[in-house]
Amino acid sequence: MTAASGDRIVFEDVSKFYGEILGVNRVSLNISPGITSLVGPNGSGKTTVMNLMTGLLRASRGKIRVLGFGPDEPEMLFRLVGYCAQFDSFPPGMTGFEFVASYLGIYGYSRRDAVRRAEAAIDRVGLTEAARRKAAGYSKGMRQRIRLAQSIAHGPRVLVLDEPLNGLDPIARAEAISLFRSFAAEGLHLIISSHILHEVDVMSDRVVLLNNGYVVAEGGVRGMRDEMSEHPMQVLVRCDRPAQLAAKLFERALVVEAVAQDDGRSLFVRTKDADRFFASIGEVVLSSNLSIESMAPVDDDLTAVYQYLIETGGSVS
Amino acid sequence: MTAKSQEALGDSSPLAPATIGLWTAQISSIVRIELRRSLFGRRAILTWLLAVTPVLLVLSMALFPPTARWIADADVRANVWAYLFETLVLRAVIFFGCAWSFMNLFRGEIVDRSLHYSLLAAVRRDVLVAGKYIAGVLAAVSIYLPTVLLSIALTYLPMRTGDAWRAITSGGGLKAAAGYATVTILACVGYGAAFMAMGLFFRNPIFPALLAYGWEFINFLLPPVLKQISIVHFLRSISPVRVSEGPFAILAEPTAWWIAVPTLLILSSILTVLSGWRLRRYEIQYGVD
Repeated sequence: MTAASGDRIVFEDVSKFYGEILGVNRVSLNISPGITSLVGPNGSGKTTVMNLMTGLLRASRGKIRVLGFGPDEPEMLFRLVGYCAQFDSFPPGMTGFEFVASYLGIYGYSRRDAVRRAEAAIDRVGLTEAARRKAAGYSKGMRQRIRLAQSIAHGPRVLVLDEPLNGLDPIARAEAISLFRSFAAEGLHLIISSHILHEVDVMSDRVVLLNNGYVVAEGGVRGMRDEMSEHPMQVLVRCDRPAQLAAKLFERALVVEAVAQDDGRSLFVRTKDADRFFASIGEVVLSSNLSIESMAPVDDDLTAVYQYLIETGGSVS
Repeated sequence: MTAKSQEALGDSSPLAPATIGLWTAQISSIVRIELRRSLFGRRAILTWLLAVTPVLLVLSMALFPPTARWIADADVRANVWAYLFETLVLRAVIFFGCAWSFMNLFRGEIVDRSLHYSLLAAVRRDVLVAGKYIAGVLAAVSIYLPTVLLSIALTYLPMRTGDAWRAITSGGGLKAAAGYATVTILACVGYGAAFMAMGLFFRNPIFPALLAYGWEFINFLLPPVLKQISIVHFLRSISPVRVSEGPFAILAEPTAWWIAVPTLLILSSILTVLSGWRLRRYEIQYGVD
């Protein structure tokens, strides 16, 4: 184990085939601590990547190391890794507390340590009051939380969460995101898959976009957006004379499209060079004596990146 | 969240390095979880129903004796029990009971979609197999040993108390009971290892289990060499009373106990190691399984 690989999750040219069906193909990742979100449509390979990372699936090709350990070393790997999988099922007959505490026993914790850790984990997900009830009778949100408690109870350094926001109401979602951020602030790796793009956008340090088993893009959302040079960025500018502003912008070739809005005070523009656009617009405004009220990119988020890269099959340059 | 809970989760792992001590602690935990499931879970109902069958049968024979000789002749009762033990207890109750519970050690968790919790714990998969197997054997022995001993005790019910006590203590009754207990335990050990392996190697282990039943059933027709490729041959070899296998049986010398017992134990160990090998390569695909 090298020092570099010791604090990273590394996929080297990993492929997984289910018979002749492609799971993921030639995935290479090098993930540092923080929140990394796996985003992609159903069947894109998000869960496969997580299951490969945790040894629930075996790679057909390539090499996986999680903080220096391979998935074939569960006795070491799962001291460091907690996985809250998407399977919404529990061993029959167990209360939430028994569910968390009994699996800690399998790690080798003494009964006393297991009880202490189980109580702490359940407290951390805010389920203490319901801990002595049968887990099978929990609501979907409670089931999600008790599984999260089970995955954090042994104090992992890597937390893998498959669709952790599913089934949570808006308040619980906000609490969960806050919890994930606190984990990240403690130096943990969080690998999260989600369909809720704006929440992924808000909480992620980096995003891995998957489609049809391939990694389409990887990195910070802003950085990814900047690299999509073939896809013009959309900006909404509120100003006193939209038509004049549009003319000036075309004059300097800063935009490829400009549409004045019906309210008479807004201009919707598309630019292929966002950096140049933002650097030059101040000069344009000053030279034309225009007054700008506000200016904001309207597709500088994960949804736009997702739509461009996955729904329209675009690519990052 | 309290500061205490954050501290409890954040402290460094106090787990010992992977040693025999850690594995023993892990196996103890697995055994505790599995024993509860195997003895009191919903799947245990079938096992318990099978286990009470011979007891009820022997009890009915004690209360409503089939013949006068059944009351008067202890040898008749011993022979009838020996026949019942081999045909009903060994070949049906223990065989199918072990098939059901040991195949479900892993297959049941796959059906319940809860096996991943065990596979995501910091435990070697072969230690997991060992823990589940030990729990299965303990559960099976806790169910079938009392069944056998209670059934044997009930065969003495038609006798007067004094006669029954003498038959048990000085008439060889205790020795025979110990023999049947040994066969019962070894049956749980042998069949358990075989069915646990089937549960791991086959998506639908019912068919290999039925094949195994067929093979064990026709054991009396097999030539002596082939007889030894079965569990029931070794169990019959160490049974206290040898039951006739009928006019069509191909006779073979019983295997000496000092060969039969180690053979069964070695075979069970090999099957358990194979199960560990299979689990190490196992992938969670609940939809497919």
